[in-house]
Amino acid sequence: MLAFIIRRLLQSVAVLLVMSLLVFIGVYAIGNPVDVLISPDADQIERAKVIVAFGLDKPLWLQYFIFLKNAVTGDMGRSFAYSTPALALILERMPATLELSSAAILLSIVLGLPLGLIAGLRPNGVIGKSIMAVSILGFSLPTFWVGLMLIMVFAVQLGWLPTSGRGETALLFGVPVSFLNWDGLKHLLMPAFNLALFNIALVIRLTRSGAQEALMQDYVKFARAKGLRNSRIIGVHVLKNILIPIVTVIALQFGSIIAFSIVTETVFAWPGMGKLIIDSIRVLDRPVIVAYLLLIVTIFILINLVVDLLYSVLDPRVRLAESKG
Amino acid sequence: MGLRVLQMVFCLALFAPILTPATAQEFKLAMSSPPTSMDPHFYNLFPNINVSDHIFEQMVAMDADSHIIPKLAESWKLVNNLTWEFKLRKGVKFHDGSEMTAEDVAWSLDRPATIVGSPGKFDTYTKAIINKKIIDPYTIQLTTKEPYPLLLADLTSIYIVSKKATQGISSDDFASGKGMLGTGPFKFVKFQRDDRVELERNNDYWGKKPAWSKVTLRFIPNDATRLAALLAGDVQAIENVPTPDLAKVRADKNLSFYSKVSHRVIYLYPDTRREKSPFVTDKDGKPLDKNPLMDVRVRRALSIAINRDAIRDRVMEGLSEPTVNLVPAALFGHNPSLKPPKYDPEAAKKLLADAGYPNGFGLTLHTPNNRYINDEKIAQTIAQMWSRIGVATKVEGAPMSVYAARGAKGEYSIGLLGWGAQTGEVSSPLRAMVACDNPAKGMGAVNWLKYCNQNMDTVLAKALTTVDDKERSNLLQQATAIVIDDGGVIPIHQQVTTWATKKGIVYIPRTDERTHAYGFYPQ
Repeated sequence: MLAFIIRRLLQSVAVLLVMSLLVFIGVYAIGNPVDVLISPDADQIERAKVIVAFGLDKPLWLQYFIFLKNAVTGDMGRSFAYSTPALALILERMPATLELSSAAILLSIVLGLPLGLIAGLRPNGVIGKSIMAVSILGFSLPTFWVGLMLIMVFAVQLGWLPTSGRGETALLFGVPVSFLNWDGLKHLLMPAFNLALFNIALVIRLTRSGAQEALMQDYVKFARAKGLRNSRIIGVHVLKNILIPIVTVIALQFGSIIAFSIVTETVFAWPGMGKLIIDSIRVLDRPVIVAYLLLIVTIFILINLVVDLLYSVLDPRVRLAESKG
Repeated sequence: MGLRVLQMVFCLALFAPILTPATAQEFKLAMSSPPTSMDPHFYNLFPNINVSDHIFEQMVAMDADSHIIPKLAESWKLVNNLTWEFKLRKGVKFHDGSEMTAEDVAWSLDRPATIVGSPGKFDTYTKAIINKKIIDPYTIQLTTKEPYPLLLADLTSIYIVSKKATQGISSDDFASGKGMLGTGPFKFVKFQRDDRVELERNNDYWGKKPAWSKVTLRFIPNDATRLAALLAGDVQAIENVPTPDLAKVRADKNLSFYSKVSHRVIYLYPDTRREKSPFVTDKDGKPLDKNPLMDVRVRRALSIAINRDAIRDRVMEGLSEPTVNLVPAALFGHNPSLKPPKYDPEAAKKLLADAGYPNGFGLTLHTPNNRYINDEKIAQTIAQMWSRIGVATKVEGAPMSVYAARGAKGEYSIGLLGWGAQTGEVSSPLRAMVACDNPAKGMGAVNWLKYCNQNMDTVLAKALTTVDDKERSNLLQQATAIVIDDGGVIPIHQQVTTWATKKGIVYIPRTDERTHAYGFYPQ
């Protein structure tokens, strides 16, 4: 197992290296940050000074080399626009994004599982059919549009929830979080639901098909024959067996929710990492773009590693040493 | 490092302080873009300046029409052609109660040049000053190398900070409130990056005190969300009303709408220099031997073939002012004799025929698509108008970051840009957009296609060292006329800036597009 982890970590370093090179070249190809960043009133001499100060006068390979050298020591460079270390800038916003993503995952479990079960148990009933119809909407409606509709209905028309922003935060171990007070929670609800929508639909579908399949199995029939209560059959036997794939998918989705919270954060003016990356791309704030993408890759790698490890714990048949790519 | 933070976030606890509820006289305002730093000398960027204006003040400032007015300096006079003497307002206190003196002014004029890591420093506006002399605590003399009429305009960009509070701290420190001691109408309370700035009224303010005891500046870049925040009552005012919703906002009885012609001109810059221009072709798309844009008749034809009124009415929802000037009427150097030409496609066709292009030619117009109000739509409209006179025009739009990178290398044949005259006079666009490229003198910084007209340059150079306002104004008007007659740039319109508030709140709209919480007050 240890050998597996070590090999995986080495592979991850290679992935990060390739990724950083691609991103670096990509950002370089877009253009010179100075053209967008610098204040229009600055003259050519000042521009030249800024270019030198940011190291943009050096050839690309040298810039990349310097970046790598610093990155090894944990220094991802300083943001051009904010002049704070890029990594610190991202980590400062990370709690907001993680909070939003966690809330979204929580919502998709709390809403998705029971709805999926109902739909699976009564596939031909009116309720089951309507749940499935609504879940199709969850897949197909664009997040952006749904977000704006939510704002129009719940904030503008009904006035129940605030339109945007993060609201009051409270410190938890030095990290600001929203869910510990009412105002923060109110601000969190809509963006979290917006972000969760796709995953709610996903969990509903997985649960439904899983449940339908499980209900045909012999062990369910046997349990029925033994005269077990229906609630026990569903709640214990069926649920336990269909949960494994759902857990896997949710864990993997967590990574993409973090990475793709961009749209929701933009619509709801949620001050997270997603909004930062959009702003940074707009002004070609290269250190932030590179650091952000590498961080996201790292998160994906870690999540995958944890999922693999969990597998081996849950199912003894999975052998990590054989890891077939 | 990422892991440790993850752990921290996932460790949950149960207790947290409960924050105090909102008070009366509270005003919430939504801005469209967040500042990158709280240090008023860090970065010459619009959102940063917008926030600094609430807390800090300059020696002289621009009023709502971009005219220079006294602020911390009560009066000034020219001792000789090179030396200016400023009398400071007495009894002005910083937010910590200490008095503002000439010492702080000298410090604040030195500081911009010392800032590190900034992509756009404010020393653009201080470098003309070669010597500062403190006469007494309320008098300071500034000397320039040559006669420099723009000194006052430049000083409107330099905020006066407390020497005591900002000595030895870095730009980063300001975000936590360190050094955030100004003399302005509001005191700094809190900055939550990308989300909000909280302020409270400075009750010892020397000038007119603002109507609000507490102000929150919210940053909501998404247009639709910002408007929704106003409709839902989360904020009482917003800047930059999205154009598609203008009609709705105007019709809404619960809202008030404000607008003003801005100092920002939207213009086209043609390639007048290269024999072979990359995006000028014949109608079949084959390159042309000679670049038609070098002919002034062609450039004039393109200008009169633009129906500027139609752009205002159809594309801009009425919110633009057609122009061929480089600054709006209220600003210094506006030339009233330059009137937008009558839209005349027939005359344009004739001009083209005279220049030897009776059948027109092919052209690609490049434009940013996320920078100015309706930028790409304007370009599309112009392309159609040009196609009507035989110039088959394609439009290529790109985000500003991509567009500017290629534009600065001179890769286009004709492009669309905007320029805001931050110094309040026409010398700003003339210097940057159309003066012959001269890096050593800082001329032609955004003159991407290297337009050059020696006549204009001579007049402009003279204007820039003429201290007498009347004479300088004449020279600047003359310089503008030369450029426009020559078709060096083709102005389309001045942008109009918009604001919307809840009914019952009044705003004094500004030419320089800035939004100040103290500019709003209850009816």
